[in-house]
Amino acid sequence: MNNHYQLLIIGGGPAGLAAATVATSHGISCALLDEQPAPGGQIYRSIESAPEQRAKKLGSEYQHGQDLVAEFRKCDADYFPRTQVWSLNAQLEVGILHDDKSKIISADQILVASGAMERPVPFPGWTLPGVMQAGAGQILFKSAGVIPSDGVVLAGSGPLLLLLAWQYINCGVDIKAILDVTPFSNYLLSLPKLPRALLAHHYLTKGLVYQKDLTLAGVSTKFGVSNIKAEGDDLLQSVRYRHFGREHTIETDLLLTHFGVIPHIWLTQAAGCEHQWDSSQQCWRPQHDQWGNTSIEGIIVAGDGAGINGARSAEHAGRLAGLQALFALGILTPAERDKQSVNVRKWMQDERHIRPFLESYFAIPQTILATDDNDTIVCRCEEITAGQIREAVKNGHHSSNDVKFMTRCGMGPCQGRQCANAVAHIVADAGGQAVSLTSHYRGRPPVTPLTLEQLATLSKEDA
Amino acid sequence: MFKQLTNNQIETVEVILNGQKVQVPQGTTVAAMALTQGLRFTRTTPVSNSKRAPFCMMGVCYDCLMSIDGKANQRACATYVQNGMKIETQQGVGSALGDGSGE
Repeated sequence: MNNHYQLLIIGGGPAGLAAATVATSHGISCALLDEQPAPGGQIYRSIESAPEQRAKKLGSEYQHGQDLVAEFRKCDADYFPRTQVWSLNAQLEVGILHDDKSKIISADQILVASGAMERPVPFPGWTLPGVMQAGAGQILFKSAGVIPSDGVVLAGSGPLLLLLAWQYINCGVDIKAILDVTPFSNYLLSLPKLPRALLAHHYLTKGLVYQKDLTLAGVSTKFGVSNIKAEGDDLLQSVRYRHFGREHTIETDLLLTHFGVIPHIWLTQAAGCEHQWDSSQQCWRPQHDQWGNTSIEGIIVAGDGAGINGARSAEHAGRLAGLQALFALGILTPAERDKQSVNVRKWMQDERHIRPFLESYFAIPQTILATDDNDTIVCRCEEITAGQIREAVKNGHHSSNDVKFMTRCGMGPCQGRQCANAVAHIVADAGGQAVSLTSHYRGRPPVTPLTLEQLATLSKEDA
Repeated sequence: MFKQLTNNQIETVEVILNGQKVQVPQGTTVAAMALTQGLRFTRTTPVSNSKRAPFCMMGVCYDCLMSIDGKANQRACATYVQNGMKIETQQGVGSALGDGSGE
Protein backbone atom coordinates (compact mmCIF):
# COMPACT_ATOMS: atom_id res chain seq x y z
CA MET A 1 0.00 0.00 0.00
CA ASN A 2 1.40 3.40 -0.97
CA ASN A 3 1.33 6.44 1.28
CA HIS A 4 -0.29 8.52 -1.43
CA TYR A 5 -2.67 7.93 -4.33
CA GLN A 6 -4.09 10.24 -6.95
CA LEU A 7 -7.53 8.81 -6.23
CA LEU A 8 -8.62 6.99 -3.11
CA ILE A 9 -12.01 5.29 -3.16
CA ILE A 10 -13.70 4.32 0.09
CA GLY A 11 -16.25 1.57 -0.38
CA GLY A 12 -16.49 -1.46 -2.65
CA GLY A 13 -20.15 -1.29 -3.57
CA PRO A 14 -21.53 -0.38 -7.00
CA ALA A 15 -20.48 3.31 -6.86
CA GLY A 16 -16.92 2.63 -5.72
CA LEU A 17 -16.38 -0.27 -8.14
CA ALA A 18 -17.68 1.66 -11.16
CA ALA A 19 -15.61 4.72 -10.25
CA ALA A 20 -12.44 2.65 -9.95
CA THR A 21 -13.04 1.00 -13.31
CA VAL A 22 -13.55 4.34 -15.08
CA ALA A 23 -10.72 6.20 -13.34
CA THR A 24 -8.04 3.53 -13.81
CA SER A 25 -8.74 3.30 -17.53
CA HIS A 26 -6.79 6.56 -17.72
CA GLY A 27 -3.74 5.19 -15.92
CA ILE A 28 -3.94 7.07 -12.61
CA SER A 29 -2.81 5.63 -9.28
CA CYS A 30 -5.97 4.57 -7.53
CA ALA A 31 -6.72 2.52 -4.45
CA LEU A 32 -10.04 1.12 -3.32
CA LEU A 33 -10.52 0.44 0.39
CA ASP A 34 -13.34 -1.78 1.58
CA GLU A 35 -14.30 -3.42 4.82
CA GLN A 36 -15.63 -6.60 3.23
CA PRO A 37 -13.40 -9.48 2.14
CA ALA A 38 -14.70 -9.32 -1.46
CA PRO A 39 -16.05 -6.60 -3.77
CA GLY A 40 -19.76 -5.92 -4.24
CA GLY A 41 -20.83 -3.94 -1.17
CA GLN A 42 -23.85 -5.06 0.81
CA ILE A 43 -26.10 -5.09 -2.25
CA TYR A 44 -23.90 -7.57 -4.16
CA ARG A 45 -22.41 -9.20 -1.07
CA SER A 46 -20.51 -12.43 -1.85
CA ILE A 47 -21.51 -12.15 -5.51
CA GLU A 48 -18.30 -13.91 -6.62
CA SER A 49 -18.57 -16.81 -4.22
CA ALA A 50 -22.33 -17.35 -3.93
CA PRO A 51 -23.25 -20.74 -5.47
CA GLU A 52 -25.34 -20.47 -8.64
CA GLN A 53 -28.44 -21.86 -6.92
CA ARG A 54 -28.29 -19.22 -4.23
CA ALA A 55 -27.69 -16.37 -6.70
CA LYS A 56 -30.73 -17.54 -8.68
CA LYS A 57 -32.95 -17.49 -5.62
CA LEU A 58 -31.77 -13.98 -4.79
CA GLY A 59 -32.97 -12.80 -8.19
CA SER A 60 -31.76 -10.99 -11.30
CA GLU A 61 -31.03 -7.67 -9.58
CA TYR A 62 -28.46 -9.44 -7.40
CA GLN A 63 -26.93 -11.30 -10.32
CA HIS A 64 -26.40 -7.99 -12.12
CA GLY A 65 -23.48 -7.42 -9.75
CA GLN A 66 -21.46 -10.20 -11.40
CA ASP A 67 -20.50 -8.10 -14.45
CA LEU A 68 -19.76 -5.03 -12.38
CA VAL A 69 -17.41 -6.93 -10.09
CA ALA A 70 -15.78 -8.81 -12.99
CA GLU A 71 -14.97 -5.50 -14.70
CA PHE A 72 -13.52 -4.12 -11.49
CA ARG A 73 -11.33 -7.20 -11.08
CA LYS A 74 -9.82 -6.49 -14.51
CA CYS A 75 -8.95 -2.86 -13.70
CA ASP A 76 -5.66 -1.59 -12.30
CA ALA A 77 -6.87 -0.22 -8.97
CA ASP A 78 -4.97 -1.33 -5.86
CA TYR A 79 -7.66 -3.18 -4.00
CA PHE A 80 -7.54 -3.45 -0.21
CA PRO A 81 -10.35 -5.59 1.20
CA ARG A 82 -10.79 -6.14 4.96
CA THR A 83 -9.79 -2.51 5.49
CA GLN A 84 -11.59 -0.25 7.92
CA VAL A 85 -11.52 3.52 7.42
CA TRP A 86 -11.66 5.33 10.76
CA SER A 87 -10.85 8.89 9.76
CA LEU A 88 -11.16 11.37 6.91
CA ASN A 89 -10.24 15.03 7.06
CA ALA A 90 -10.31 18.16 4.89
CA GLN A 91 -6.55 17.79 4.25
CA LEU A 92 -7.51 14.65 2.30
CA GLU A 93 -5.87 12.26 4.74
CA VAL A 94 -7.48 8.94 5.54
CA GLY A 95 -6.89 6.84 8.66
CA ILE A 96 -7.20 3.14 8.00
CA LEU A 97 -6.94 -0.16 9.81
CA HIS A 98 -5.60 -3.08 7.77
CA ASP A 99 -4.26 -6.36 9.20
CA ASP A 100 -4.82 -4.87 12.68
CA LYS A 101 -2.38 -2.04 11.86
CA SER A 102 -3.24 1.64 11.56
CA LYS A 103 -1.94 3.83 8.80
CA ILE A 104 -2.58 7.30 7.41
CA ILE A 105 -2.63 7.66 3.65
CA SER A 106 -3.33 10.74 1.57
CA ALA A 107 -4.76 11.40 -1.85
CA ASP A 108 -5.37 14.18 -4.36
CA GLN A 109 -9.00 13.16 -4.68
CA ILE A 110 -11.11 11.07 -2.35
CA LEU A 111 -14.36 9.40 -3.32
CA VAL A 112 -16.54 8.43 -0.39
CA ALA A 113 -18.82 5.64 -1.60
CA SER A 114 -19.93 4.53 1.84
CA GLY A 115 -23.35 3.25 0.82
CA ALA A 116 -26.47 2.93 2.90
CA MET A 117 -27.56 1.33 6.13
CA GLU A 118 -30.97 0.33 7.41
CA ARG A 119 -32.84 3.21 9.02
CA PRO A 120 -32.86 2.23 12.68
CA VAL A 121 -36.34 2.86 14.09
CA PRO A 122 -36.88 2.22 17.79
CA PHE A 123 -40.06 0.43 18.84
CA PRO A 124 -40.92 -1.48 22.02
CA GLY A 125 -38.75 -4.58 22.30
CA TRP A 126 -36.47 -3.88 19.33
CA THR A 127 -33.37 -4.70 21.37
CA LEU A 128 -34.54 -8.25 22.17
CA PRO A 129 -32.46 -11.06 20.68
CA GLY A 130 -34.50 -12.38 17.76
CA VAL A 131 -35.32 -8.92 16.42
CA MET A 132 -33.09 -8.05 13.49
CA GLN A 133 -33.13 -5.73 10.52
CA ALA A 134 -34.37 -7.13 7.20
CA GLY A 135 -31.04 -6.18 5.65
CA ALA A 136 -29.37 -8.45 8.20
CA GLY A 137 -31.54 -11.33 7.08
CA GLN A 138 -30.64 -10.63 3.48
CA ILE A 139 -26.91 -10.39 4.24
CA LEU A 140 -27.07 -13.77 6.01
CA PHE A 141 -28.71 -15.22 2.92
CA LYS A 142 -26.32 -13.65 0.41
CA SER A 143 -23.09 -14.23 2.29
CA ALA A 144 -23.65 -17.60 3.91
CA GLY A 145 -26.84 -19.14 2.52
CA VAL A 146 -28.36 -18.76 5.98
CA ILE A 147 -32.16 -18.53 6.16
CA PRO A 148 -34.79 -18.68 8.92
CA SER A 149 -35.42 -22.25 10.05
CA ASP A 150 -38.52 -21.91 12.20
CA GLY A 151 -40.50 -19.22 10.47
CA VAL A 152 -40.19 -15.47 10.48
CA VAL A 153 -42.36 -12.37 10.83
CA LEU A 154 -41.45 -9.48 8.53
CA ALA A 155 -42.55 -6.00 9.55
CA GLY A 156 -42.14 -2.42 8.42
CA SER A 157 -42.35 -0.64 5.10
CA GLY A 158 -40.28 -0.44 1.96
CA PRO A 159 -39.28 -2.36 -1.17
CA LEU A 160 -36.65 -4.44 0.65
CA LEU A 161 -39.33 -6.07 2.80
CA LEU A 162 -41.12 -7.29 -0.30
CA LEU A 163 -37.90 -8.41 -2.00
CA LEU A 164 -36.69 -10.32 1.05
CA ALA A 165 -40.07 -12.03 1.44
CA TRP A 166 -39.90 -13.08 -2.21
CA GLN A 167 -36.32 -14.36 -1.83
CA TYR A 168 -37.38 -16.32 1.25
CA ILE A 169 -40.32 -18.05 -0.41
CA ASN A 170 -37.93 -19.09 -3.20
CA CYS A 171 -36.30 -21.37 -0.67
CA GLY A 172 -39.35 -22.42 1.24
CA VAL A 173 -38.99 -20.23 4.33
CA ASP A 174 -42.18 -20.15 6.41
CA ILE A 175 -43.25 -16.49 6.49
CA LYS A 176 -45.73 -16.29 9.36
CA ALA A 177 -46.86 -12.81 8.33
CA ILE A 178 -45.81 -9.61 6.64
CA LEU A 179 -46.90 -6.67 8.78
CA ASP A 180 -46.92 -3.65 6.48
CA VAL A 181 -47.00 -0.38 8.42
CA THR A 182 -47.31 1.82 5.32
CA PRO A 183 -50.24 4.12 6.13
CA PHE A 184 -53.14 4.00 3.68
CA SER A 185 -52.84 7.78 3.28
CA ASN A 186 -49.48 7.21 1.55
CA TYR A 187 -51.25 5.48 -1.35
CA LEU A 188 -53.12 8.69 -2.15
CA LEU A 189 -50.29 11.08 -1.35
CA SER A 190 -47.92 9.26 -3.69
CA LEU A 191 -50.35 9.21 -6.63
CA PRO A 192 -49.10 12.48 -8.17
CA LYS A 193 -45.60 10.89 -8.34
CA LEU A 194 -46.89 7.81 -10.16
CA PRO A 195 -46.80 9.12 -13.75
CA ARG A 196 -43.05 9.77 -13.58
CA ALA A 197 -42.53 6.40 -11.91
CA LEU A 198 -44.17 4.76 -14.93
CA LEU A 199 -41.09 5.77 -16.90
CA ALA A 200 -39.27 3.19 -14.79
CA HIS A 201 -42.12 0.72 -14.97
CA HIS A 202 -39.84 -2.34 -14.78
CA TYR A 203 -39.42 -1.61 -11.06
CA LEU A 204 -43.18 -1.36 -10.57
CA THR A 205 -43.74 -4.55 -12.54
CA LYS A 206 -41.19 -6.35 -10.41
CA GLY A 207 -42.93 -5.23 -7.24
CA LEU A 208 -46.27 -6.47 -8.54
CA VAL A 209 -44.76 -9.82 -9.52
CA TYR A 210 -43.23 -10.24 -6.05
CA GLN A 211 -46.58 -9.41 -4.45
CA LYS A 212 -48.39 -11.87 -6.74
CA ASP A 213 -45.87 -14.65 -6.01
CA LEU A 214 -46.27 -14.05 -2.29
CA THR A 215 -50.04 -14.24 -2.55
CA LEU A 216 -49.79 -17.45 -4.59
CA ALA A 217 -47.46 -18.87 -1.95
CA GLY A 218 -50.15 -18.21 0.63
CA VAL A 219 -48.18 -15.59 2.57
CA SER A 220 -50.43 -13.44 4.70
CA THR A 221 -49.73 -9.73 4.30
CA LYS A 222 -51.49 -7.35 6.70
CA PHE A 223 -51.66 -3.81 5.35
CA GLY A 224 -52.13 -0.73 7.48
CA VAL A 225 -50.60 -2.27 10.60
CA SER A 226 -49.55 -0.10 13.55
CA ASN A 227 -48.19 -0.34 17.11
CA ILE A 228 -45.68 -3.12 16.52
CA LYS A 229 -44.19 -4.50 19.71
CA ALA A 230 -41.60 -7.22 20.13
CA GLU A 231 -42.38 -9.15 23.29
CA GLY A 232 -40.50 -11.58 25.50
CA ASP A 233 -38.77 -11.66 28.88
CA ASP A 234 -35.23 -11.52 27.64
CA LEU A 235 -35.57 -13.16 24.21
CA LEU A 236 -38.17 -12.54 21.51
CA GLN A 237 -41.24 -14.72 22.00
CA SER A 238 -43.98 -12.94 20.10
CA VAL A 239 -44.89 -9.92 18.01
CA ARG A 240 -47.90 -7.81 18.90
CA TYR A 241 -49.55 -5.40 16.49
CA ARG A 242 -52.71 -3.45 15.84
CA HIS A 243 -54.74 -4.03 12.69
CA PHE A 244 -58.04 -2.27 11.99
CA GLY A 245 -58.39 -1.36 15.66
CA ARG A 246 -57.75 -4.85 17.02
CA GLU A 247 -54.68 -6.17 18.80
CA HIS A 248 -53.11 -9.38 17.51
CA THR A 249 -50.18 -11.52 18.61
CA ILE A 250 -48.02 -13.90 16.60
CA GLU A 251 -45.62 -16.26 18.31
CA THR A 252 -42.18 -16.19 16.72
CA ASP A 253 -38.53 -16.29 17.69
CA LEU A 254 -37.53 -14.15 14.70
CA LEU A 255 -38.75 -10.73 13.60
CA LEU A 256 -37.07 -8.90 10.75
CA THR A 257 -37.92 -5.22 10.40
CA HIS A 258 -37.37 -2.68 7.67
CA PHE A 259 -38.07 1.05 7.63
CA GLY A 260 -36.13 2.10 4.53
CA VAL A 261 -32.44 2.87 4.26
CA ILE A 262 -30.38 6.01 4.96
CA PRO A 263 -26.95 7.17 3.78
CA HIS A 264 -23.95 6.20 5.87
CA ILE A 265 -22.49 9.65 6.52
CA TRP A 266 -20.07 9.11 9.40
CA LEU A 267 -16.96 9.82 7.33
CA THR A 268 -18.24 12.90 5.50
CA GLN A 269 -19.55 14.17 8.86
CA ALA A 270 -16.16 13.68 10.52
CA ALA A 271 -14.42 15.39 7.59
CA GLY A 272 -16.65 18.43 8.05
CA CYS A 273 -18.56 18.25 4.76
CA GLU A 274 -21.82 20.22 4.81
CA HIS A 275 -24.89 18.03 5.25
CA GLN A 276 -28.54 18.74 4.77
CA TRP A 277 -31.80 17.22 5.91
CA ASP A 278 -33.60 15.58 2.99
CA SER A 279 -37.26 15.72 3.97
CA SER A 280 -38.35 13.42 1.16
CA GLN A 281 -35.81 10.73 2.09
CA GLN A 282 -36.24 11.48 5.80
CA CYS A 283 -32.50 11.52 6.46
CA TRP A 284 -29.35 13.61 6.37
CA ARG A 285 -27.09 13.45 3.38
CA PRO A 286 -23.93 15.27 2.31
CA GLN A 287 -24.52 18.32 0.11
CA HIS A 288 -23.07 17.78 -3.33
CA ASP A 289 -23.22 19.09 -6.89
CA GLN A 290 -24.12 17.12 -10.01
CA TRP A 291 -20.63 15.54 -10.07
CA GLY A 292 -20.68 14.52 -6.42
CA ASN A 293 -18.36 17.33 -5.23
CA THR A 294 -18.97 18.05 -1.55
CA SER A 295 -18.34 21.35 0.25
CA ILE A 296 -14.73 20.24 0.77
CA GLU A 297 -12.56 20.45 -2.31
CA GLY A 298 -11.23 17.02 -3.24
CA ILE A 299 -13.91 15.03 -1.43
CA ILE A 300 -16.49 13.52 -3.77
CA VAL A 301 -19.50 11.38 -2.87
CA ALA A 302 -21.39 8.88 -5.00
CA GLY A 303 -23.96 6.17 -4.52
CA ASP A 304 -26.38 5.75 -1.64
CA GLY A 305 -23.94 7.42 0.74
CA ALA A 306 -24.71 10.65 -1.13
CA GLY A 307 -28.50 10.17 -0.97
CA ILE A 308 -30.64 7.08 -1.50
CA ASN A 309 -31.17 6.28 -5.19
CA GLY A 310 -30.59 2.56 -5.40
CA ALA A 311 -27.85 0.26 -6.67
CA ARG A 312 -28.17 0.88 -10.41
CA SER A 313 -28.12 4.64 -9.96
CA ALA A 314 -25.12 4.28 -7.65
CA GLU A 315 -23.19 2.55 -10.39
CA HIS A 316 -23.79 5.47 -12.78
CA ALA A 317 -23.03 8.04 -10.10
CA GLY A 318 -19.76 6.20 -9.48
CA ARG A 319 -18.85 6.53 -13.14
CA LEU A 320 -19.62 10.26 -13.04
CA ALA A 321 -17.50 10.63 -9.90
CA GLY A 322 -14.67 8.78 -11.61
CA LEU A 323 -14.83 11.19 -14.55
CA GLN A 324 -14.96 14.16 -12.17
CA ALA A 325 -11.86 12.90 -10.36
CA LEU A 326 -10.04 12.57 -13.68
CA PHE A 327 -11.01 16.14 -14.52
CA ALA A 328 -9.90 17.43 -11.11
CA LEU A 329 -6.57 15.61 -11.56
CA GLY A 330 -6.06 17.44 -14.86
CA ILE A 331 -6.35 14.29 -16.96
CA LEU A 332 -9.64 15.11 -18.69
CA THR A 333 -10.59 18.53 -20.02
CA PRO A 334 -14.02 19.80 -19.00
CA ALA A 335 -15.21 19.07 -22.54
CA GLU A 336 -13.93 15.47 -22.42
CA ARG A 337 -15.50 14.89 -19.01
CA ASP A 338 -18.82 16.31 -20.14
CA LYS A 339 -18.84 14.33 -23.36
CA GLN A 340 -18.11 11.03 -21.63
CA SER A 341 -20.77 11.70 -19.03
CA VAL A 342 -23.74 12.40 -21.33
CA ASN A 343 -25.04 8.83 -21.60
CA VAL A 344 -24.15 7.89 -18.06
CA ARG A 345 -26.09 10.85 -16.71
CA LYS A 346 -29.08 9.98 -18.85
CA TRP A 347 -29.06 6.37 -17.63
CA MET A 348 -28.76 7.60 -14.07
CA GLN A 349 -31.76 9.90 -14.48
CA ASP A 350 -33.73 7.00 -15.99
CA GLU A 351 -33.03 4.92 -12.89
CA ARG A 352 -34.17 7.75 -10.66
CA HIS A 353 -37.64 8.21 -12.17
CA ILE A 354 -38.98 5.74 -9.64
CA ARG A 355 -37.51 7.44 -6.55
CA PRO A 356 -39.97 10.28 -5.80
CA PHE A 357 -42.82 7.77 -5.96
CA LEU A 358 -41.05 5.26 -3.72
CA GLU A 359 -40.08 7.98 -1.24
CA SER A 360 -43.66 9.16 -1.03
CA TYR A 361 -45.29 5.71 -1.04
CA PHE A 362 -42.96 4.30 1.62
CA ALA A 363 -42.59 7.47 3.72
CA ILE A 364 -42.43 6.39 7.35
CA PRO A 365 -45.06 8.20 9.45
CA GLN A 366 -43.80 10.60 12.13
CA THR A 367 -45.63 8.59 14.79
CA ILE A 368 -43.28 5.68 14.06
CA LEU A 369 -40.10 7.75 13.59
CA ALA A 370 -40.58 9.66 16.86
CA THR A 371 -41.91 7.00 19.21
CA ASP A 372 -44.12 8.30 22.02
CA ASP A 373 -43.53 5.18 24.09
CA ASN A 374 -41.27 6.60 26.78
CA ASP A 375 -39.97 3.20 27.88
CA THR A 376 -38.59 2.30 24.46
CA ILE A 377 -34.80 2.23 24.31
CA VAL A 378 -33.53 4.58 21.60
CA CYS A 379 -29.77 4.37 22.13
CA ARG A 380 -29.10 0.64 22.02
CA CYS A 381 -25.55 1.03 23.35
CA GLU A 382 -26.11 3.27 26.38
CA GLU A 383 -29.72 2.11 26.81
CA ILE A 384 -31.21 5.59 26.84
CA THR A 385 -34.99 5.66 26.47
CA ALA A 386 -37.27 7.93 24.49
CA GLY A 387 -38.56 9.23 27.82
CA GLN A 388 -35.09 10.33 28.89
CA ILE A 389 -34.62 12.14 25.58
CA ARG A 390 -38.00 13.86 25.86
CA GLU A 391 -37.13 14.85 29.42
CA ALA A 392 -33.85 16.42 28.24
CA VAL A 393 -35.75 18.38 25.58
CA LYS A 394 -38.24 19.54 28.20
CA ASN A 395 -35.29 20.82 30.21
CA GLY A 396 -34.28 23.07 27.35
CA HIS A 397 -31.91 20.93 25.27
CA HIS A 398 -33.20 21.43 21.76
CA SER A 399 -30.54 19.80 19.59
CA SER A 400 -29.35 16.23 19.16
CA ASN A 401 -25.87 17.22 20.33
CA ASP A 402 -27.19 18.80 23.54
CA VAL A 403 -29.24 15.69 24.23
CA LYS A 404 -26.14 13.60 23.61
CA PHE A 405 -24.09 15.59 26.14
CA MET A 406 -26.88 15.41 28.71
CA THR A 407 -27.81 11.76 28.43
CA ARG A 408 -24.87 9.83 26.86
CA CYS A 409 -27.29 8.96 24.06
CA GLY A 410 -25.09 8.16 21.05
CA MET A 411 -21.86 7.76 23.02
CA GLY A 412 -21.58 3.97 22.91
CA PRO A 413 -19.55 1.80 20.54
CA CYS A 414 -21.83 2.38 17.52
CA GLN A 415 -21.15 6.11 17.98
CA GLY A 416 -24.71 7.10 17.32
CA ARG A 417 -25.23 5.22 14.08
CA GLN A 418 -28.28 3.44 15.50
CA CYS A 419 -29.90 6.39 17.28
CA ALA A 420 -28.98 9.61 15.42
CA ASN A 421 -31.98 9.54 13.12
CA ALA A 422 -34.47 8.64 15.87
CA VAL A 423 -33.05 11.18 18.32
CA ALA A 424 -33.44 13.91 15.71
CA HIS A 425 -37.09 12.99 15.20
CA ILE A 426 -37.85 12.77 18.92
CA VAL A 427 -36.04 16.04 19.68
CA ALA A 428 -37.99 17.73 16.88
CA ASP A 429 -41.28 16.25 18.04
CA ALA A 430 -40.75 17.03 21.72
CA GLY A 431 -39.53 20.55 21.03
CA GLY A 432 -42.09 21.34 18.37
CA GLN A 433 -39.51 22.19 15.74
CA ALA A 434 -38.55 20.93 12.28
CA VAL A 435 -36.19 17.93 12.14
CA SER A 436 -33.88 19.89 9.84
CA LEU A 437 -33.19 22.28 12.73
CA THR A 438 -32.20 19.65 15.28
CA SER A 439 -28.66 19.18 13.89
CA HIS A 440 -26.97 15.82 13.42
CA TYR A 441 -24.53 14.41 15.96
CA ARG A 442 -21.12 15.85 15.30
CA GLY A 443 -18.84 13.07 14.08
CA ARG A 444 -15.33 12.83 15.44
CA PRO A 445 -12.50 10.52 14.42
CA PRO A 446 -11.97 7.71 14.97
CA VAL A 447 -15.42 7.05 13.49
CA THR A 448 -15.11 3.38 14.41
CA PRO A 449 -13.79 2.17 17.78
CA LEU A 450 -10.07 1.39 17.73
CA THR A 451 -8.04 -0.22 20.47
CA LEU A 452 -5.02 1.66 21.79
CA GLU A 453 -2.98 -1.29 20.55
CA GLN A 454 -4.28 -0.74 17.01
CA LEU A 455 -3.75 3.01 17.19
CA ALA A 456 -0.24 2.56 18.56
CA THR A 457 0.82 0.88 15.34
CA LEU A 458 0.23 4.19 13.59
CA SER A 459 3.30 5.27 11.73
CA LYS A 460 3.42 7.43 8.64
CA GLU A 461 6.91 6.19 7.88
CA ASP A 462 5.81 2.60 7.34
CA ALA A 463 5.90 1.95 3.63
CA MET B 1 -33.85 -19.71 14.42
CA PHE B 2 -31.59 -19.95 11.35
CA LYS B 3 -30.23 -22.74 9.22
CA GLN B 4 -27.56 -22.93 6.56
CA LEU B 5 -28.50 -24.23 3.12
CA THR B 6 -26.27 -27.18 2.32
CA ASN B 7 -23.37 -26.48 0.04
CA ASN B 8 -21.16 -29.51 -0.46
CA GLN B 9 -18.52 -27.66 -2.44
CA ILE B 10 -17.36 -25.59 0.52
CA GLU B 11 -14.71 -26.84 2.93
CA THR B 12 -15.37 -26.60 6.62
CA VAL B 13 -13.26 -25.34 9.49
CA GLU B 14 -13.49 -26.24 13.17
CA VAL B 15 -14.13 -23.53 15.73
CA ILE B 16 -14.80 -23.69 19.46
CA LEU B 17 -18.02 -21.94 20.41
CA ASN B 18 -18.44 -21.57 24.18
CA GLY B 19 -16.30 -24.65 24.69
CA GLN B 20 -18.05 -26.81 22.07
CA LYS B 21 -16.32 -27.88 18.86
CA VAL B 22 -18.32 -26.88 15.79
CA GLN B 23 -17.79 -27.57 12.08
CA VAL B 24 -18.55 -24.48 9.99
CA PRO B 25 -18.33 -23.81 6.25
CA GLN B 26 -15.39 -21.61 5.37
CA GLY B 27 -16.24 -18.00 4.56
CA THR B 28 -18.94 -17.82 7.25
CA THR B 29 -18.93 -14.92 9.70
CA VAL B 30 -18.82 -15.67 13.40
CA ALA B 31 -22.27 -14.07 13.75
CA ALA B 32 -23.79 -16.29 11.05
CA MET B 33 -22.17 -19.32 12.68
CA ALA B 34 -23.53 -18.38 16.14
CA LEU B 35 -27.04 -17.89 14.76
CA THR B 36 -27.07 -21.18 12.88
CA GLN B 37 -25.73 -22.96 15.99
CA GLY B 38 -28.85 -21.83 17.81
CA LEU B 39 -27.12 -19.34 20.10
CA ARG B 40 -30.02 -17.09 21.07
CA PHE B 41 -27.79 -14.29 22.40
CA THR B 42 -24.17 -13.42 21.82
CA ARG B 43 -23.50 -10.90 24.60
CA THR B 44 -24.98 -9.18 27.62
CA THR B 45 -24.92 -5.41 27.85
CA PRO B 46 -22.60 -3.54 30.24
CA VAL B 47 -25.43 -1.18 31.26
CA SER B 48 -28.30 -3.48 32.28
CA ASN B 49 -26.94 -6.98 31.69
CA SER B 50 -29.63 -7.51 29.02
CA LYS B 51 -29.19 -10.16 26.37
CA ARG B 52 -28.35 -9.07 22.84
CA ALA B 53 -27.79 -10.78 19.52
CA PRO B 54 -26.61 -9.70 16.05
CA PHE B 55 -28.91 -6.97 14.71
CA CYS B 56 -27.59 -5.31 11.52
CA MET B 57 -25.07 -7.90 10.25
CA MET B 58 -23.19 -5.15 8.40
CA GLY B 59 -20.89 -3.81 11.07
CA VAL B 60 -22.71 -0.64 12.10
CA CYS B 61 -24.71 -1.54 15.24
CA TYR B 62 -21.99 -3.12 17.44
CA ASP B 63 -24.58 -5.33 19.07
CA CYS B 64 -22.87 -8.59 18.05
CA LEU B 65 -19.71 -7.99 20.10
CA MET B 66 -18.19 -11.27 21.21
CA SER B 67 -14.97 -12.48 22.72
CA ILE B 68 -12.85 -14.02 19.97
CA ASP B 69 -9.54 -15.75 20.70
CA GLY B 70 -9.45 -14.06 24.07
CA LYS B 71 -10.10 -10.56 22.75
CA ALA B 72 -13.32 -8.90 23.87
CA ASN B 73 -15.48 -6.53 21.80
CA GLN B 74 -14.97 -8.15 18.40
CA ARG B 75 -17.77 -7.63 15.89
CA ALA B 76 -18.96 -11.17 15.18
CA CYS B 77 -20.61 -10.06 11.93
CA ALA B 78 -17.33 -8.66 10.59
CA THR B 79 -15.11 -11.54 11.70
CA TYR B 80 -14.75 -14.67 9.57
CA VAL B 81 -14.33 -18.12 11.08
CA GLN B 82 -10.86 -19.66 11.10
CA ASN B 83 -9.66 -23.08 12.08
CA GLY B 84 -9.25 -23.34 15.84
CA MET B 85 -10.90 -20.00 16.55
CA LYS B 86 -12.18 -19.74 20.11
CA ILE B 87 -15.45 -17.81 20.34
CA GLU B 88 -17.30 -16.92 23.51
CA THR B 89 -20.47 -15.10 24.49
CA GLN B 90 -19.34 -11.78 25.93
CA GLN B 91 -20.48 -10.71 29.40
CA GLY B 92 -20.82 -6.94 29.78
CA VAL B 93 -17.73 -4.98 28.78
CA GLY B 94 -15.72 -8.19 28.54
CA SER B 95 -12.30 -8.72 29.99
CA ALA B 96 -9.72 -6.25 28.68
CA LEU B 97 -6.98 -8.83 28.93
CA GLY B 98 -9.11 -11.73 27.72
CA ASP B 99 -8.59 -15.09 29.40
CA GLY B 100 -4.93 -15.20 28.46
CA SER B 101 -5.48 -17.71 25.67
CA GLY B 102 -4.97 -15.04 23.00
CA GLU B 103 -1.31 -14.72 23.89
